[in-house]
Amino acid sequence: MPSEFRLPALGADMDEGTLLEWHVAPGARVKRGDVVAVVETDKGAIDVEIFMDGVVRELVVQPGTKVPVGTVLALVDVAGAEPAAPAPSPTPFATDRAKITPAARRRARELNVDAASLQGTGPDGAITIEDVERAKPSLQPAPPSPQPSPARAAEGAGEGERMREAIAAAMSRSKREIPHYYLSHAVDVTPATEWLAAHNAAAPVTQRLLFAALLIKAVALACRELKGFSGYYRDGRYDAAPDVHVGVAVALRGGGLVAPAITDTADKSLVALMDDFRALVTRARAGRLRASELAAPTIILTSLGEDSVDAVFPIIQPPQVAIVGAGTVTERPWVVDGKVVPRQVLVLSLGADHRVTDGRLGAQFLARVATKLVHPESL
Amino acid sequence: MDRDPLARRVLELLTEIAPDVDPATVIPGIDFRDQFDFDSMDTLNFAIALHRELGVEVPEAEYAQLASLDKCVAYLEPRVK
Repeated sequence: MPSEFRLPALGADMDEGTLLEWHVAPGARVKRGDVVAVVETDKGAIDVEIFMDGVVRELVVQPGTKVPVGTVLALVDVAGAEPAAPAPSPTPFATDRAKITPAARRRARELNVDAASLQGTGPDGAITIEDVERAKPSLQPAPPSPQPSPARAAEGAGEGERMREAIAAAMSRSKREIPHYYLSHAVDVTPATEWLAAHNAAAPVTQRLLFAALLIKAVALACRELKGFSGYYRDGRYDAAPDVHVGVAVALRGGGLVAPAITDTADKSLVALMDDFRALVTRARAGRLRASELAAPTIILTSLGEDSVDAVFPIIQPPQVAIVGAGTVTERPWVVDGKVVPRQVLVLSLGADHRVTDGRLGAQFLARVATKLVHPESL
Repeated sequence: MDRDPLARRVLELLTEIAPDVDPATVIPGIDFRDQFDFDSMDTLNFAIALHRELGVEVPEAEYAQLASLDKCVAYLEPRVK
């Protein structure tokens, strides 16, 4: 009796997706965590992993088909009575997947170019727009040459609009259903910025950290210590998540944002966390996020970064129950030991669900994040 | 448009770390941040790519000198062997 591999939900407001391509064929051996398909959603093209070990028996849904969440995509004979030694895979292309940027995929469709036949020249052999355009039939009339602003170049209007609709749906639901309360806390983070500058001056470039990495870790540790902020509110009750997976809001050039998770955030060293964070942002912007990363966050951090504004009043992404915001770290006059001195100041904020916690606990939580942050050596 | 090989290489690395940026649209004299919302993550990734591909380690204190394509080329030219 084969097991059913179904289209997973990649967020509270996703109800369907279009299967773009399979990375496996019938007979292919798969293991838990393998990326087996690419599905187009309102969050862009997402790599979907399989969560069983076994051999693909049948691909039920064909590429190009739009199906609801929960649809059986493939049938898999789950490993069990099989010999321990892995048999050679009969499908070489199962491991040799063609990577393609979202913009190139769209262009290939427009130009009627078979992307699977192309040799990619982008990062990791990814197929780029140029690869697609080089391959277009020469009699093809020249495409209209839109002159979008650079930031829009890689972002088709259709995709941008779909993502805007998805954000609208999630945020409308949040504001309709979740009684938010908001807190903010200005923190002298000079110890953290000094520690960071010293670390980065001494570390090789691959081990340098961004301030956001400290924030992510501080939030994760605070979640582990104070309950009520990392988890889900579903069916009228709150379930604390057993592990903390901090989602990081990543703004996409050309508009929109996604919030994939750094899994098991609290257990990672800052350098390991930074590696994951860097990879996540790069893949988010290249449109190569994995389904599990989008579904995983138990709380989100939205950090405005440099050259932005003082504070953000963040909106919870359902079914989560809290979101931490961080404004731009700015030099401000600050009173230390009765004297006004210039210090690096960060405004932390919290949007939290009043059905789960009250402001008093929320204040303790935010103060806990701040304490972690100004003791970076303990992160 | 003629660009020397270093500028071309830098542009390649730029689009490698920011695959959503179209290299044909990059204006050499304008800061990346003003052209396509280059942020601190992009800058760090760029510094890592320059180190890996060109063997130049850019200290964090000198990131500002990588702000545009023109500035990058001026900074890297005497440093690339």
